[in-house]
Amino acid sequence: MVRAIMILLLCQLAGTVVQQGTGLPIPGPVMGLVLLLGILLWRGGPDKDLHDTAGGFLKYLGLLFVPAGVGVVTELQELRANALAIAIAIPVSTLLGLGVTGLLMQRLSRGKHHA
Amino acid sequence: MHRLLPLPFFHVWSYLQTQPLLGLTATLVTWELACFVDARAGHKPITNPTVLSILFLACVLLITGTPYAAYFTGAQYVHFLLGPATVALAIPMYANWRAIRTHFVAISISLTAGSMAAALSAMLIARALGAPHEVVISLGPKSVTTPIAMGIAQNLGGQPPLTAVFVMITGIFGTVMCTPVFRWLGIKDWRAQGLAAGTAAHGLATSRMILLNETAGAFGGVAIGLNGIVTSVALPLLVGLFGF
Repeated sequence: MVRAIMILLLCQLAGTVVQQGTGLPIPGPVMGLVLLLGILLWRGGPDKDLHDTAGGFLKYLGLLFVPAGVGVVTELQELRANALAIAIAIPVSTLLGLGVTGLLMQRLSRGKHHA
Repeated sequence: MHRLLPLPFFHVWSYLQTQPLLGLTATLVTWELACFVDARAGHKPITNPTVLSILFLACVLLITGTPYAAYFTGAQYVHFLLGPATVALAIPMYANWRAIRTHFVAISISLTAGSMAAALSAMLIARALGAPHEVVISLGPKSVTTPIAMGIAQNLGGQPPLTAVFVMITGIFGTVMCTPVFRWLGIKDWRAQGLAAGTAAHGLATSRMILLNETAGAFGGVAIGLNGIVTSVALPLLVGLFGF
């Protein structure tokens, strides 16, 4: 497990170094993701250790969002001042995003089920 | 609340506020309780443990008058794990790589269209309802995962902390609504469901998809990364084009 965590952190570190060095708007962890994917495609799939550890992280992804979410308490004033605009803009746009992406993807990927 | 406490308790309370122990423990205890409630309720979208935990902890902070910074002293250790967890999305993406490569054109078109529809409609609605410039701009990247969204908001003259809150509200709404929306629109394909969840409501909705189906989770992971890239390139163009 320690080795798997080391691999994940090394990829994140490499991604962060590239992001800070180049000033690209793509965050370090996302570049780390691309890097790890590249390594897996090049060297073959993850071993059991990496597979299980990554699965453990992803199983608790929901927990990892809690601290940032609680940050809502610091923005209550601004939220209250713009409550109506926010209360309409976010639900409507999120439904649009879900619907447009889902319907287009289902339509465009049809007929390639056994790819 | 601390002013009402007898002196020894006040000392303990003040001490704990400077230490990571209480914030970290509170986060994990709340999460376990929320999971228990969610399981008891039969995993309804509305009892999503992330949503329950955020609401509960926010109320606790407000009622006890605890500053967010004091809570984050402990919670930062959980927050930090978002980085390696993002990298870990490479594993389900690798497992579904053949499907992703086969559908790459469909993925690119659907994701870009959905992402732009969400960002543009959010900013247009907010502007029409009289929200100030920085709120409108901060709404633009709200479908993107938190660290990318905050960077984009910063570059465009929005307020990153406000964007973080919008990202979270979007994630909660998307997590609660994705399954009903897919049912109403007849979207049954797991790939389409995962891609839509990850595009419109980032990792939070994807975390739900991972629990429902592995393929949906993998396509959600693809959508988080790709939407981050697409939005950071396209949103400045949209903002210029529509004069936000």
